[in-house]
Amino acid sequence: TTEKNKYVSILLAIELIWNLCEVLFIDAAPAGSLLLHLLDWVRLHKSDVDARAREVLQSDSPAHHQSYWDVVISLVLQGRVDEARQVLSKQASLRAESSSVFKRMDVLLHTMPIFNPTGTQTLTEFDVKWRHWHEECDRCLQDNTFASNRHLETICKILVGDEDTILEQKELLSTWYHFLVTRLLFTHPTIKPPDLHYYAQVHTTSPILLSLRYCYTELKLVKNKYYLLFYFNSDKFIYLFIYFFLRVFFHLLAVDYFDHCPEFGRVYLELQIERVPLDTERKAIKVLRICEDRQMSEQVRSICKIMAKRALRNNRLGSALSWSIRAKDAAFATLISERFLQDYCNKGSFTDLDLLDNLGPAMLLSDRLTFLGKYREFHRLYGENRFSEAAKLLLSLMTAKIAPRSLWMTLLTDALPLLEQKEVIFSVDQTYELMSCLEELNSGTKDSSQTDQDEDIESTKTELLRLALARNLAMAIVKEGTIET
Amino acid sequence: MFVARSIAADHKDLIHDVSYDFHGRRMATCSSDQSIKVWDKGGNGEWSCTASWKTHSGSVWRVTWAHPEFGQVLASCSFDRTAIVWEEIVGESNDKQRGQSHWIKRTTLVDSRTSVTDVKFAPKHMGLMLTTCSADGVVRIYEAPDVMNLSQWSLQHEISSKLSCSCISWNPSSSRAHAPMIAVGSDDSNVTYGGKVQIYEYNEVTRKYAKAETLMTVTDAVHDIAFAPNLGRSFHVLAIATKDVRIFKLVPLRKDGSSSAPTKFEVQVLAQFDSHNSQVWRVSWNITSTLLASSGDDGCVRLWKANYMDNWKCTGILKGDGSPVSGQPGALSGVLGSATAQIVSLRNKNVQNHTRSNRSKN
Repeated sequence: TTEKNKYVSILLAIELIWNLCEVLFIDAAPAGSLLLHLLDWVRLHKSDVDARAREVLQSDSPAHHQSYWDVVISLVLQGRVDEARQVLSKQASLRAESSSVFKRMDVLLHTMPIFNPTGTQTLTEFDVKWRHWHEECDRCLQDNTFASNRHLETICKILVGDEDTILEQKELLSTWYHFLVTRLLFTHPTIKPPDLHYYAQVHTTSPILLSLRYCYTELKLVKNKYYLLFYFNSDKFIYLFIYFFLRVFFHLLAVDYFDHCPEFGRVYLELQIERVPLDTERKAIKVLRICEDRQMSEQVRSICKIMAKRALRNNRLGSALSWSIRAKDAAFATLISERFLQDYCNKGSFTDLDLLDNLGPAMLLSDRLTFLGKYREFHRLYGENRFSEAAKLLLSLMTAKIAPRSLWMTLLTDALPLLEQKEVIFSVDQTYELMSCLEELNSGTKDSSQTDQDEDIESTKTELLRLALARNLAMAIVKEGTIET
Repeated sequence: MFVARSIAADHKDLIHDVSYDFHGRRMATCSSDQSIKVWDKGGNGEWSCTASWKTHSGSVWRVTWAHPEFGQVLASCSFDRTAIVWEEIVGESNDKQRGQSHWIKRTTLVDSRTSVTDVKFAPKHMGLMLTTCSADGVVRIYEAPDVMNLSQWSLQHEISSKLSCSCISWNPSSSRAHAPMIAVGSDDSNVTYGGKVQIYEYNEVTRKYAKAETLMTVTDAVHDIAFAPNLGRSFHVLAIATKDVRIFKLVPLRKDGSSSAPTKFEVQVLAQFDSHNSQVWRVSWNITSTLLASSGDDGCVRLWKANYMDNWKCTGILKGDGSPVSGQPGALSGVLGSATAQIVSLRNKNVQNHTRSNRSKN
């Protein structure tokens, strides 16, 4: 039942923060006062600190009370720095030699800026002041000022808002919303309601989401946690709990749940996961990861296919290609490669160079894709003035039959600039091969869909090529026949 | 806990069908005004009409979405004896800004001699296949051999059921243990042929569809029929909308090797409810086949759920106008993980959209 109470309180907290968020988004609170409201709220719910503090201070030797440091830290966590100083002063008076570190901490606590919304100081001025103070605290940590006393070191880490240290105080914080407020206090004291909204929506490291994660990790430690949900009668809690978690942590909570269902868990997950709307690429990748982790290969393939198809519809060829590679869909990859090549023929340049240059073994998914990758490589080599490598690659594309026949003329035309270089690039053998490719191309049956104009262009190109090839052959023969002296 | 939202559909005549897409973010409605409207759910949860166009020259009876793997594709069927396949094309940027999209006709299937009463895509593992059924009792199965070319469809099978057909449903199971199976419902008033639900199964040996079963106990007109998602089970579950709501369990009996005879089934009635007290027009399963929704002439949508012992019970009632019905049974329950279940009920010229927030009790 103590566990049950714990979870009741977590759910209550969720409802509280939910209501709070609702209020915050609507309520136009004066700037800078949000955190103060939050602190009040926390103090109201964590009244045991006062009792303990009283107990410690009223004891014979407060500094040696077993709860001494817990009290100090609790007070700091609640932003009650003056009271923390008061309790700390009991320590300082005892040991003269260590009094300097205590004095240092006292100064830090004393100089901590706290915003007064009714005062004359503007939020900007406060912010500047706060940053200075924050840097000062950080400097103390860097200088190992408090190295001699681990408790003071801990307090200093809390003052700079160190997440891990604050999380370590779980026992003292006891509730996740306390964690949230404390972290806000020491990292973003000037937080405004719209910021909170923004953080909740966008930042994965936002205080709210961090707190939820904290909350979730707590839940994770308990076996059969889901049965606890049966105990709660109020629909609203369940609704909030599920709604919030599903919205934010679907991939943690619901998936986890299905993983634990013995009989139908996996099939339920398979059916549900493929229905998750794939609004953004990021969301799709998240969903994919869940499927890949569980070897749900059909769902992986399907999701990638849906994304590829969508990308193609929107003419995002690079994205479509990536997704079809991930889906291992050879037919689709071929189709998209054709589109790339079409685009190249029309525009004279390739898009998505990053993708094409880094295809790697994925290139082998389809013949057309292989050609696309190699063809792009040819262009890259040419661009880097690595002419002989480029020439070799270009020729191999035709002789190894990787290039579709329909593109041979384009490839041969690409060879022209190489043939017209001052330096001989294609060897005699290579030139003969190119010539035979050209003749093979021309010996084929005439394309009846070609217009007269197209025919003219074709024959002009052929003439140019024949001339260039002949010239190259001549030069190559001379070059290869010359003895180097 | 249901939230009902009314959408002014602006159809100029009765709406005959509403269909959600695979992800539940888009909706299509079709009407006797001969048009189809496509609705998109915005980020704020509001539905807005992104396309509206005249589709047939008669009442449009049904509209259905293809699996998103095939793109944004719709099929419709009509009194005008045709079924049409539509594809959405990405429009000009100013159209996008105005929130409008365009759908173009890819193919018209004109083989039917009578009103085409239902059109459904086959499960995606069978490829891109479309099925129609007509008032003259013919069921036609078409296939698009090239999924990138939606204008080429070939008629693969013609099944002559002897009765006027009103609805069809494919068994969604992709298990190798199950041959492709389609259920056909009839609203024929002929009393000679008793059973108004026929089950056809594809045979690998004959490469044809053959009748495997007739549900003889269903003697009244059938308006809708739906196989439940399979979940890897060996048996099949079929829901039928007739003068009442019926749920059947079909257990395949052992088949000797690969024979040319269809599978024999043991037919069990899992449930029969006449709570609508009138004709039941639609039945629809949720994703995990744990919940069945039915709608009837009493203007209500009823939800049915089974407990672990296969005892089915009504778990919720919604009135067409979204108001609760007094004396409703207790807490609603659902499956954790399905974010929302959306139930749409037709009401003359408007669309009632009920959104249910799911609970965890399961």
